[in-house]
Amino acid sequence: MAEEPLDDEVVLAELSDEDLTAQMHDDLYDGLADEIVEGTEILLERGWDPSSVLNEALVAGMRIVGIDFRDGILFVPEVLLAANAMKAGMAILRPLLAETGAQPIGKVVIGTVKGDIHDIGKNLVGMMLEGAGFEVFDLGINTDVEQFLAALDEHKPDILGMSALLTTTMPYMKVVIDTLIEKSLREEYTIIVGGAPLNEEFSEAIGADAYCRDAAVASETAERLVAERRAAV
Amino acid sequence: MPASERRVLVVACGALARELLEVIRANGLNGIDVECLPASYHNTPDLIPDAVAARVLASRDRYDKVYVGYADCGTGGRLDAVCEDLGVERLPGAHCYQFFTGTDAFTELQDAEIGTFYLTDYLARHFDRLVIGFLGLDRHPELRDDYFGNYTRLVYLAQVDDPELVVRAEAAADRLGLRFEHRRTGYGELATSIVALGATRPAPDPLPIA
Repeated sequence: MAEEPLDDEVVLAELSDEDLTAQMHDDLYDGLADEIVEGTEILLERGWDPSSVLNEALVAGMRIVGIDFRDGILFVPEVLLAANAMKAGMAILRPLLAETGAQPIGKVVIGTVKGDIHDIGKNLVGMMLEGAGFEVFDLGINTDVEQFLAALDEHKPDILGMSALLTTTMPYMKVVIDTLIEKSLREEYTIIVGGAPLNEEFSEAIGADAYCRDAAVASETAERLVAERRAAV
Repeated sequence: MPASERRVLVVACGALARELLEVIRANGLNGIDVECLPASYHNTPDLIPDAVAARVLASRDRYDKVYVGYADCGTGGRLDAVCEDLGVERLPGAHCYQFFTGTDAFTELQDAEIGTFYLTDYLARHFDRLVIGFLGLDRHPELRDDYFGNYTRLVYLAQVDDPELVVRAEAAADRLGLRFEHRRTGYGELATSIVALGATRPAPDPLPIA
């Protein structure tokens, strides 16, 4: 006999589209990956296109998480759990999005700089950029200038994103930017930077285009800068 | 010596309190006082610069010299900007791991294996609260690889010889799934910096000639 739900347990399949989307925002907030997978599948079965599920259920929910993290209501563990829940939903949507043939709104190469093995922030940025419609090429951690250059040459992205969590490694971002200047490549890319020890002043000092304090800002900034650059052409 | 006659204040991270007081005691640096800010700022370094500035400004009228008992500590140079504005100096280096180990020795340690997580005596003592609790690993151990998946070893930088701390540090390494190493550092550049501070302490005002 099927297990009966507890009185206060929500049955996702019984919710309207609007209520289900709101419930998925709550489930994302609470880091409930299984529920996000279930909700994603229900919406798809109801005929939602994958892009709408991504934007309205997942990205919108993650945006709420980002706001509360910024405001000190949520902390790193909760954000990680929410991100893992979002990843679980995106794993279902990714192949379906590829099938639609929809073109990405832009390309991004991201990496944590040489000498630095921290990637939580970078991974969140990558996920939010993918959610925003970018094609993301993640170089991983401990990325040196040659690796950045090779990726830029191969993928010709709109944006280069660099991450660092240590005061001792963040100066390497300037090495990368200065190398691009030397090779007359600087103007071909928009460069965004982020990481706990960084700030606006540092970003300006090294010649980056923008400092992004968290993943939500990185996603919004990337969309804005790509649109501005294309409008200027 | 009465507090009113003391001339030097060290505004320091609470995680250094025990070590600072021991260096001061062992070297007879009676003219140095220590005031500490919460050690929890280790996890929220954004709070350090303003907190240090506030404490320095609140105290400097009572002392001839104020010294900052922090390294950069993840402030990305913002603590240095505060120190420059206030005309005060701080402990050397990027973080306590560096000044305890010594800059050259630490560079060698880090270059050998960049995926190294460090514990000091203080962090080994308070590992459960400052690391496990702060990162939520007590409630969500499944997040361990998210945080530590890129690390390969844990190095315990020991300021004192305490077998119990070695056991705790090794247990911490095991909990994080990291290879354990133990290095005895002593107080390193913390000691040399504070001793030098004591040596340059302004002399008390000379007694008036009768």
